[in-house]
Amino acid sequence: MTATVEAVAPSKSRPNPLALLGKLTGFKYFRHVLIAIVMFVALVVIPKALDSYWVANFTQMAVFAALAASAGMLYGRVGLVSLGQVAPYGIGIWTTIRLSFATSLPYPVLVLLAGLVAMVIGVLIGLPALRVSGLYLALVTLMLAAGVEIVISELKFANGGTGFRGVVKDLGGIKPTRRPSFALTDVAYYRFAVVGSFLVFMLAAFVLSRKPGRAWASIRQSEAAALSAGIDVTRYKILAFALASFMSGVAGGIFAGTVPKGMQSDSFNRQAAIFLIAAVIMGGIHSLWGALLGGFFATIMLKFLTQNVVGHGFWTRFSLSLFGFGLIMNLVQGTKAAEKKGIAP
Amino acid sequence: MIKVDGVTVRFGGVVSLDEMSVEFPGGTCGLIGPNGAGKTTFFNVMSGFVTPKSGSITVDGTDLLAMPDFKRARWGLRRTFQTEQAIEGLTVFDNVATVYEHSRSGGGEGLSKKAAVDAALEFVGLTHVAQSYVRTLRAKERRFIEVARAVVGDPKIVLLDEPAAGLPEEETAELQEIIKGIPERTGATVILVDHDMVLVQACCTWAAVLDFGRLIASGPTGEVLHNEKVMQAYIGVDDNIGDLAS
Repeated sequence: MTATVEAVAPSKSRPNPLALLGKLTGFKYFRHVLIAIVMFVALVVIPKALDSYWVANFTQMAVFAALAASAGMLYGRVGLVSLGQVAPYGIGIWTTIRLSFATSLPYPVLVLLAGLVAMVIGVLIGLPALRVSGLYLALVTLMLAAGVEIVISELKFANGGTGFRGVVKDLGGIKPTRRPSFALTDVAYYRFAVVGSFLVFMLAAFVLSRKPGRAWASIRQSEAAALSAGIDVTRYKILAFALASFMSGVAGGIFAGTVPKGMQSDSFNRQAAIFLIAAVIMGGIHSLWGALLGGFFATIMLKFLTQNVVGHGFWTRFSLSLFGFGLIMNLVQGTKAAEKKGIAP
Repeated sequence: MIKVDGVTVRFGGVVSLDEMSVEFPGGTCGLIGPNGAGKTTFFNVMSGFVTPKSGSITVDGTDLLAMPDFKRARWGLRRTFQTEQAIEGLTVFDNVATVYEHSRSGGGEGLSKKAAVDAALEFVGLTHVAQSYVRTLRAKERRFIEVARAVVGDPKIVLLDEPAAGLPEEETAELQEIIKGIPERTGATVILVDHDMVLVQACCTWAAVLDFGRLIASGPTGEVLHNEKVMQAYIGVDDNIGDLAS
């Protein structure tokens, strides 16, 4: 009898590879050292060792990782499948560019403001979405993202004009998007993006380790159990959306500085929305490290494959289609689990 | 004292609870009945997951059904689930701390969070695994975490839904001692649902019996288990389930 009971429990378990490595080496600060190594490689090794083309790609990775962290946190830690994280991202890009022309505030302040604007709008449009869950939430958020895409592509990005939109009609009047005064070169801006992305990760890790993180872990496992523990489930879901929207908005703010002129809305259209969640899932959703990995897959690895190894041929498309496959498998599994949960435990 | 008055729950044409009226006197009370009798439905009504068609539940004058579900936990209602619901992604300590920080009622015993959680873990004997993740633990420990979650802080009512399900005999005996200690430790009224009559008899001085949503007996456990209707409901014959238990 005891044996069967014991056999059941570990089958549910999902050992954390990082914790396992820490345990194997018997080293308590394993995670801190790993973070230090990653930051050293990102800030020192990559700018020294790689040319400007790859530095630009790693800048994209820093942005994508922060965005992936927001979507991954919602899915993996709170259990909300949002395909709409590109919406606050787009709002973040638009706000940063608009404010960079309208004000002379320091760039990091612009990025923060972009995060706040994205947070407010993200929560407002996310509120109705909280009534649904699972696959339905995925669909609703995807539609919200599509709506934001349409609005922003109509508004267009500011380029030095006046009025609310700040768009000039005369092509000669187009001004470049501002960058932080301390990070004007591509390499310096890359470092700025890495530090910004790092702060987004730290913010997520901090909140996850506190009261909201514990509440989210409860909600993710069972809303009934969370309610009976006294957790105001609706409030904590809104908080999750707020934090994720803020993170995406900040990612957008960092991205804004990478486009010198004529920003297009390609980076946050519906296709990008699907690609984002696919990359997040391939990277792994249960740890923030997964978002970093997802960022790597989605930017560096794909670029590397297309540029250096196999070109735009079959294998690149094949590896891209793996993203889609992973996404579908995960949604099907996730929906099944959500259906099983129900409200009556 | 928990006063249940005429609670009726219908799911479509199925009557899960039929005019259930009973008064739980306090201490540890048993709630027993065959599968599908409505025991878990009653717990779900208490928790707020199911809204009864009619009836009321008052606890020492407080109207329980008037409160939103999550506020009932803050007021002091705790429960465990048939399928154990210790939170996989958290440590044992954080599992209990989550309940404490969200549903400590009115400042409780003036303990710090750590002291309150540590005390609850000591009560169920899980101090040694406080920093372990739940997913690494065995069935018994997960069950006991749920009990610790139910007793931390300042609970007024503790609902235990088949806490011994799947546990071998010696671990059930351990659980039995813990359950017996809950009213004394917290002053809460415990309602225990379980099919293990040995456990119910050992823990509860008082018991109520449901069958097809109807209350068919209530009173001192010994008497209830020898009640004719109860024997009929359980085994359909005039055997004595008190004898089965011993």
